[in-house]
Amino acid sequence: MDLVDTSIRPETLNNSQAPRRLRSAPWADKAFEWLTRVFAFLVFSLLLAILASLLVGSQASIEKFGLSFIWTAEWDPVKEKFGALVPIYGTVVTSLIAMLIGVPVSFGIAIFLTELSPAWLKRPLGTAIELLAAIPSIIYGMWGLFVFAPLFQTYLQPAMISTLGSVPFFGALFAGPPIGIGMFAAGLILSIMVIPFITAVMRDVFEIVPPMLKESAYGLGATTWEVVWRVVLPYTKVGVIGGIMLGLGRALGETMAVTFVIGNAHRLAVSLNAPGNSIASALANEFTEAVGDLYFSALIELGLILFLITTIVLGLSKLLLMQLARGEGTRT
Amino acid sequence: MKLKSALVSLLAGVSFAGAVHAVDITGAGATFPYPIYAKWADAYKKATGNGMNYQSIGSGGGIKQITAKTVDFGASDAPMKGEDLEKNGLVQFPAIMGGVVPVYNLKGVKSGDIKLTGALLADIYLGKVKVWNDPAIAKLNPGVALPNQAISAVNRSDGSGTTFLFTNYLSKVSADWKSTIGEGTAVKWPTGVGGKGNEGVANYVARIDGSIGYVEYAYAKQNKLSYAQMFNKDGQVVAPSDNSFKAAAAGADWNSVPGMGVVLTEQPGKASWPITGASFILIHKVQEKPENAKEVLKFFEWSFKNGATMADELDYVPMPDPVVKQIQSVWKSQIKDASGKAVY
Amino acid sequence: MSAVLNAQSAIHSGNRLYRSRKQLNFVLLAVSSLALAFGLFWLVWILGTLLYEGGTALARATLYYQMTPPPGADGGLANAIVGSLLMVGAGTLIGTPVGILAGTYLAEYGHRGWLAGATRFLNDVLLSAPSIVMGLFVYSVYVAKVGHFSGWAGAIALALLVIPVVVRTTDDMLKLVPNTLREATMALGCPAWKMVISVTYRAARTGILTGILLAIARISGETAPLLFTALNNQFWSSNMNAPMANLPVVIFQFAMSPYEDWHRLAWGGAALITLAVLVLNILARALFRKSD
Repeated sequence: MDLVDTSIRPETLNNSQAPRRLRSAPWADKAFEWLTRVFAFLVFSLLLAILASLLVGSQASIEKFGLSFIWTAEWDPVKEKFGALVPIYGTVVTSLIAMLIGVPVSFGIAIFLTELSPAWLKRPLGTAIELLAAIPSIIYGMWGLFVFAPLFQTYLQPAMISTLGSVPFFGALFAGPPIGIGMFAAGLILSIMVIPFITAVMRDVFEIVPPMLKESAYGLGATTWEVVWRVVLPYTKVGVIGGIMLGLGRALGETMAVTFVIGNAHRLAVSLNAPGNSIASALANEFTEAVGDLYFSALIELGLILFLITTIVLGLSKLLLMQLARGEGTRT
Repeated sequence: MKLKSALVSLLAGVSFAGAVHAVDITGAGATFPYPIYAKWADAYKKATGNGMNYQSIGSGGGIKQITAKTVDFGASDAPMKGEDLEKNGLVQFPAIMGGVVPVYNLKGVKSGDIKLTGALLADIYLGKVKVWNDPAIAKLNPGVALPNQAISAVNRSDGSGTTFLFTNYLSKVSADWKSTIGEGTAVKWPTGVGGKGNEGVANYVARIDGSIGYVEYAYAKQNKLSYAQMFNKDGQVVAPSDNSFKAAAAGADWNSVPGMGVVLTEQPGKASWPITGASFILIHKVQEKPENAKEVLKFFEWSFKNGATMADELDYVPMPDPVVKQIQSVWKSQIKDASGKAVY
Repeated sequence: MSAVLNAQSAIHSGNRLYRSRKQLNFVLLAVSSLALAFGLFWLVWILGTLLYEGGTALARATLYYQMTPPPGADGGLANAIVGSLLMVGAGTLIGTPVGILAGTYLAEYGHRGWLAGATRFLNDVLLSAPSIVMGLFVYSVYVAKVGHFSGWAGAIALALLVIPVVVRTTDDMLKLVPNTLREATMALGCPAWKMVISVTYRAARTGILTGILLAIARISGETAPLLFTALNNQFWSSNMNAPMANLPVVIFQFAMSPYEDWHRLAWGGAALITLAVLVLNILARALFRKSD
């Protein structure tokens, strides 16, 4: 920034008479500012409006079931008894599977992109990973149902059931007939989907590490891995967690990739190979066809729960990333 | 900026290019009759130029959308009760009949090889019979090489008239089913995988080895799924076909229930297919948009007159002429516009 | 220099600690390369499947001018393609001005008051909020009130997804415009609104346009918000007040069905959408890079 410029500015604005005469409409400035302010307020109130409309829509269900809605596993449209436990469980379990697979892989890719990749390869590889993030989620779902699930059913799943399924205690997680679709398949597809999101954030935060820090470590004789583990990661810890939360937020709310392969069964199953349901896929399947006000209201309450969970996760992620951005530059 | 303006002009061009405006009507509901409605709509459009957009979102959806007035007519396989029709101001009439068939996917077992009783089918869907070579299945099917494979029972994840017919039938033949699950367009399934629509169930059965499901016959036939034969009320083994559906429908007394809401499951008769049912159309009695209602009735009038062969091709059973007359008199006497004038 | 030399000699003398550190380094870096291979493997597999299954469908001209067929008949996706274009177009036209104006407030006037900070935060949350919730929202505030599914409802739901993307990029891009430029304009006696419109917007033009392109790419493939808003239509309809066919919902319906013909069309539609989205993304990137 030019020093002379800033010192001149107050005088130009306050003392000179010429600009005032030039202004054809003195109210225009205020009007424009207010116009933009109104739209900013519109965006601000959007989230609150969504929340309000979901609250109003789910009133009947909230009154009828109260808090027990959250831990009731029953989902019985005939007797009009609804509980959100099964979809909440399915949403959380598939997202956790996605995170367990997706986070280490994303971490590896981000390290490769920032520390190992030759300079000429960085850009095309980075772009390729980002393009993976642009593929619409319905494509993942379709591919999951047509290509992945049959292969999973014939090769991977039987192997999984016969080896892991016989382990005491943990075995129950993998038991059951191999049918290809189910919570594990959904989690796996989700993991492929969130890898690009998490990778992109991790790469960006790794790149803000001041080169001086890394070079000092290398200068002391540290290996690449040691630089990553002891310097880059501690420096960017907060941002990395923010990136993971961002991916988690995405996974929790994903609809199409999950609906195709989760199996849409309102049942609480221990086995990950069993079909289950997620909040988003229950909505996609049942919303337009729910009969009766209570059923409808219960589905909207599901939407409300999903919205609250993802808002909290995404809000936390944003706070962490902001904290990192604030710290940037002060520690160099 | 050039790109954006190019995009805008492209969009504008597209939206004016196809401005053919006939009265297009929208219906939504049951997936059971969707293949035949879609075919009728296609032929009707070619014959008259008027479009009928039918979306198969499930019977539950059909009832919900017509009561919310988001569509011109709703379709449901589960007949609405008389008092509910009164309460919502709706008229109901049957439009087509067909059968629900159990379908399966078993390597090495051909279509029609498996014979089932209703009670056994109920036990499979209750999760009591878990494997294909269970003695209960083997006893009914001597000579069939049944594998030692787990059964995946595929059901409907959405509100469905097909489910209503199926669970209505199971409730009639299995006391166990009646007391624990009951009948409805959506029930609390004790086991299995859920597919969306008849399409979804057929798709899952085709893809999951060792699965069993229930779909409308046209879905089974068009997709070359293996279907089971059933023991009917008279103890005879019958295969699904339009003849066995017709046999079940033959004895129906349409006036016995308000809104012509007859359920045709477990009908007597040697050749009767046990899981037969009609699919119903729901339309408002007092019409805010009489011109749309008129189009709806014109569509069904045309289809009753010209659609019988198309129905036969897809193995549905068209409504017999006397019933059509009865339906049309209902239209005349009950569907009015806001001023009380008959629409039809 | 001497420290480096010592380290060199340490290697030669076969220092065990150093060797194990080297080995660990090698193993973990190999694992990270494997992770990259894992990530790219899926990309290649998915795109490969799409091209293989959808390629033949894309090559058939009927795909582009025939309507979606009833089961068991031949047809195309013309009505769905047009419906998608209309709704994405309308959604972009509604969402973009809102996004740009709100973003302008954040960047140009936002340094005072609480509104800008709060909006920026909530906007970032909205950016990744589940799109199906947008569908629920539009259903309850628009579809249920108006009484029918419609193309406009779909467009509004898509516009709600466009807004956060455009707000974010406008905000970021305007903040990149150097302050000296603003001051120079003001010094010439130009009113602030004119300064924003004819100077800062112009300076941030490519950046904002990139954001809009990315927003279009994002909504072209969205299915969940359209399920409860636009519904679907078997026939050609350019009436935005009626249920409207659109590619994502048609793909969902067709892919979930058991019909082979429908599967083929679903793959064709999927390949079409993916191509469009990738082209938009690459275009946006190229545009942005040129402006650097």
